[in-house]
Amino acid sequence: MTFFAEFDMSIFVDVVLLTFLLMAAFAIVVMRHLFSVVMVGGVYSLVSAAFFVNLDAVDVAFTEAAVGGGISTVLLLGGLMLTSRREKLPVTRRSVIPLLAAVVTGSALIYATFDMPDFEDPDSPANAYVGRDYMERTPREIDVPNVVTAVLASYRGFDTMGETAVVFTAGLGVLVLLGMGLRVAPATDKEEDGT
Amino acid sequence: MTPHLVLRVVTKILLSPIILFAFYVQFHGDFSPGGGFQAGVIFGVAVILYALVFGLDMAKKVFSPRIIQILMALGVMIYAGVGYVGLFMGGAFLDYNVLDPSNPVHGQHYGIMFVEMGVGITVSAVMVGIFYAFAGRNVEISDEDW
Repeated sequence: MTFFAEFDMSIFVDVVLLTFLLMAAFAIVVMRHLFSVVMVGGVYSLVSAAFFVNLDAVDVAFTEAAVGGGISTVLLLGGLMLTSRREKLPVTRRSVIPLLAAVVTGSALIYATFDMPDFEDPDSPANAYVGRDYMERTPREIDVPNVVTAVLASYRGFDTMGETAVVFTAGLGVLVLLGMGLRVAPATDKEEDGT
Repeated sequence: MTPHLVLRVVTKILLSPIILFAFYVQFHGDFSPGGGFQAGVIFGVAVILYALVFGLDMAKKVFSPRIIQILMALGVMIYAGVGYVGLFMGGAFLDYNVLDPSNPVHGQHYGIMFVEMGVGITVSAVMVGIFYAFAGRNVEISDEDW
């Protein structure tokens, strides 16, 4: 396969995946059955994971598939158990201002993409300064093949510690608010959980 | 006939490969995509899947809420502990070069491994803990709700 055929294929896959994403997002907006909304949300995450793989961002894709497609879907289903299955119909007031705001913001964003550097451009700001430095230093200083891990755990180790603390704090917050059934008996959980 | 026989059998078959894959992602993160965050989530998913199919009480027998609470904090402590070890061995906070004085590159490998382990422990414990907290509010998922 020549280089150009491969390149075209990649663009084609991109367009197909983005179309899927758009359809999933539209379905989420339109649907009122919450179980289906959660499921389509999982599909959205999985498709965007595939999209990230196509952009060679495998670590991001992995996280998106595991967190967005896996955990969030399960947690949303768990939340769904506590509420009703159907979204209430919204009070429809047709107003032109939200549409106008969306259109203006959207076209501004699209206009901004014209100034963005090309994909895989080695001189783009994201690749040129710190990124290039990490790429050059990692084989010498850390010697792991996966540069993402080197940046995450070593060069930016302090940030990752903060992220871990954020995850810990999130868990702590949920446990403080909801508890884990430690203080009340499981059978009477529902009635006496107002502690 | 127990209800959901197929689900139970398939879950039993899938559970050990899922946990094995979590450990692979955890310890192979230097060489391939993945690391502590992803591994922690996959490990958490294994426990959650078990809880979904076999019931919350069975899962709580394996990982009691008390252990989950301890593991949540333990991961962050391992991470910060690696930082302090570097501090006491004469480097800066989270400076892995000093962990192996004879070979800084090996020190980096040790540091990354332990730090990722801390991330993995905290993330998996938090995921399971959040699931326990949400699922524990419903007494039991009745068969009609599947």
